Amino acid sequence: MTSAAPILQLTGIGKQFPGVTALDDVDLRVLPGEVHALMGENGAGKSTLIKVLTGVHPADSGTILLDGREVSFASPLEAQNAGISTVYQEVNLCPNLSVAENILLGREPRRFGRIQWKPMRRRAAERLAALDLDLDVTAPLSQYSLAIQQMVAIARALEVQARVLVLDEPTSSLDTGEVEQLFKVMRNLKDQGVAILFVSHFLDQVYEIADRMTILRNGRREGDYPTGELGQVELIAKMIGRDLAELERLEERPPARTTGTLLQADQLGRTGGIEPFSLTIREGEVVGLAGLLGSGRTEVARLLFGADHATGGSVTIDGTPVSLRTPQIAMTHKIAFCPEDRKADGLIPDLTVRENVVLALQARRGWTRPLPREQQAQLVDRYIKALKISPADPEQLVRNLSGGNQQKVLLARWLILEPRLLILDEPTRGIDVGAKAEIQRLVAELSDGGMAVLFISAELEEVLRLSHKVGVLRDRKLIAELPNDDTLTTEVLMQTIASGGRS
Amino acid sequence: MNRRLLWPAVVLALLLLLNLFFTPGFLSIEVKDGHFYGSLIDILRFGAPLVLVSLGMTLVIATGGIDLSVGSVVAISGALACLAISQGTGVLAAVALAVAVALVLGAFNGFLVAVIGIQPIVATLILMVAGRGLAQLITDGQIITVTDAGFKVIGGGYLFMLPFGILLALVVLAATVFLTRRLALGLLIESVGGNAEASRLAGLRSRGILITVYAFAALCAGIAGVMVASNVSSADGNNAGLWIELDAILAVVIGGTLLTGGRFSLGGTVLGALVIQTLTTTIYSIGVPPETTLLFKALVVAAVCLLQSAAFRARAFPRRERPVTQPVQDTTEVAR
Ligand SMILES: Nc1ncnc2c1ncn2[C@@H]1O[C@H](COP(=O)(O)OP(=O)(O)OP(=O)(O)O)[C@@H](O)[C@H]1O
Ligand SMILES: [Mg+2]
Repeated sequence: MTSAAPILQLTGIGKQFPGVTALDDVDLRVLPGEVHALMGENGAGKSTLIKVLTGVHPADSGTILLDGREVSFASPLEAQNAGISTVYQEVNLCPNLSVAENILLGREPRRFGRIQWKPMRRRAAERLAALDLDLDVTAPLSQYSLAIQQMVAIARALEVQARVLVLDEPTSSLDTGEVEQLFKVMRNLKDQGVAILFVSHFLDQVYEIADRMTILRNGRREGDYPTGELGQVELIAKMIGRDLAELERLEERPPARTTGTLLQADQLGRTGGIEPFSLTIREGEVVGLAGLLGSGRTEVARLLFGADHATGGSVTIDGTPVSLRTPQIAMTHKIAFCPEDRKADGLIPDLTVRENVVLALQARRGWTRPLPREQQAQLVDRYIKALKISPADPEQLVRNLSGGNQQKVLLARWLILEPRLLILDEPTRGIDVGAKAEIQRLVAELSDGGMAVLFISAELEEVLRLSHKVGVLRDRKLIAELPNDDTLTTEVLMQTIASGGRS
Repeated sequence: MNRRLLWPAVVLALLLLLNLFFTPGFLSIEVKDGHFYGSLIDILRFGAPLVLVSLGMTLVIATGGIDLSVGSVVAISGALACLAISQGTGVLAAVALAVAVALVLGAFNGFLVAVIGIQPIVATLILMVAGRGLAQLITDGQIITVTDAGFKVIGGGYLFMLPFGILLALVVLAATVFLTRRLALGLLIESVGGNAEASRLAGLRSRGILITVYAFAALCAGIAGVMVASNVSSADGNNAGLWIELDAILAVVIGGTLLTGGRFSLGGTVLGALVIQTLTTTIYSIGVPPETTLLFKALVVAAVCLLQSAAFRARAFPRRERPVTQPVQDTTEVAR
């Protein structure tokens, strides 16, 4: 062990929510100049620990020492002023303000009390450049994708001269390139002696960047380990309390039993969104979409669900031309769409788990035909079990669930509709290793049962593992359609993306 | 759920006690001429129109909107009913006409908000202003007086020993509860109010829901208008329902429904409306000088709103709670 005194020392932290013990006697020691990973399943208490540390929630018990002095922050602002800069799991920026304002809010360069816009824009652009990002900093943040918003949140955190940087799942919607860029910045900070507390469900990332890790299980500390001394298998076993070996075994995908063409898009496109593309989806087929951030994957999904209007092209379902103008129409054709931004486009945080799960089904029936209570309870119970939603309480408000569990609720909403085409946009975002394998298996099972799936993920391995064919996008254009045979690897995919489809 | 009803209930109880202190027999109810009689009954009876309007307002506010036009709709519907009766139309037909017109006006509001996409506060301001004029046109600037005994029953008569207005309000309350909680209207309203874009992507027809809700609010206002006109046996296009929209909004807020939309509480709204009505009664019964009545009312309302706020309670009565000042997600329910 190094002899350096910890910059951050949490001892005996406890935190209760009504009916839930989120943290129980948790210790955490973070040394200066180290990247410390906080590991655990969905709902293990990682975000809660971070919120207790940074003054969002008061702790019920325990002490926090920052640089040897006891502290107790009443608000995130106090924590920030003491040198702890945080990116929370749910990006909480102001969508209506510009990118520059979001990065510098509260720290605007001023002269005689008036904001100086030019230096402000310049400083914001510099911050983004450090993350290799070139954005119009005067545009409203809402215009950008979730991944970019995540990067902006990181840029905002880096604005502060922090001694401790806390990143709660900063990479959940980033792709490889951006993650690399972020890691470069993190290594830089680390060399300057900044301590970084890092949460991620991507084990590869953790092994790449973290020096040590603390594992939480069900709100208790399982132990802390130098990354080098704990293998992946052991790590998983410690996180979930059993072996994952059986989960990782997803058999080779059998070829799709292509009974027939379900949906055919012909030169479908949207000006300013995605260039005209043609795509055939067969029954029982999993079609993966790969591409970088902003390449148009989400746009393809939104057009097929009628979330956006197509400006050209046509779609046929079962050979009959259809006009997918609204989500309702798409739903009558048994298309379902699980959007990537669960906070903005998916969940109603103030409603319960049950209400959120039955929402789409109830909307399809109309308000005059309420779903009987027993049937609701049955459906919800089934998916709470199938997806291991925790706490397993249908009447819990969704806003009180951990990020990964919220994602599962959203997934459940669309699964109960038993669609013919299920569009999943980053369905495993923020989901832990165990549940991720579970969801992948579910997708495989559903497609074996005849459901077609359009699967979008920034994680190429996942796309490859599940898909029968992969559509590759670049610059808002579908540039290639590759059958997923033995020759298709992540390298081939990356090359296709990089070369723009010309091989 | 019940915690939210706690504070308005406490304030209501305090107001009643205050009255009891000034008027010893305040809480007693007797039977006179074969029906119940007493101050509490009066509060319920005079409060019935406000309860009606507030019920409709609750649903509108739950969608994240607001309806400023309900006061004008009260005036229009009262005027229409009285005009029709004074010209010899039967009471039922006159009332049906008034309520049907109110429904159409509400649908118009809903159309402006849901289809044209005008901000609710602006969209309903149109009818708020124009509607007063319309009501005066109907009454020709006069006060129309009607002497029909059947019409008088609605706002001034009795059934099962209780004022008819109270029963009518109860029926509308029951219908609202049925529509929103037994049927699924409530879920869809709370969903649209909680996150409109997410609701659209879950396949909700938010347009239809919005139009329904505004139409329902106007329907409630229409019934209230008939009740008010019947109670005074006349229609006054100028003053009927004046400022009732503000009382209704207050009632909803006091009842614990947030102006930002989402979760709503019908029980809370009824309590809120009763608080306001009791307050009005109190002002008269304890003899607050007329020039300070509005100030007195404002103080009580401010007190209730402060008590509703978890952050304020934590600061005023510090236990182990801590107010949440930073707008970080997931923290609104923390202090308790
Ligand atoms: N405001 C709250 N009210 C009630 N329960 C809460 C609240 N916040 C968190 N919880 C509960 O505390 C537990 C820990 O949640 P937390 O968000 O810390 O999990 P996490 O480890 O960050 O999970 P994830 O990987 O899914 O983000 C969960 O059971 C969650 O439901
Ligand atoms: Mg979390």
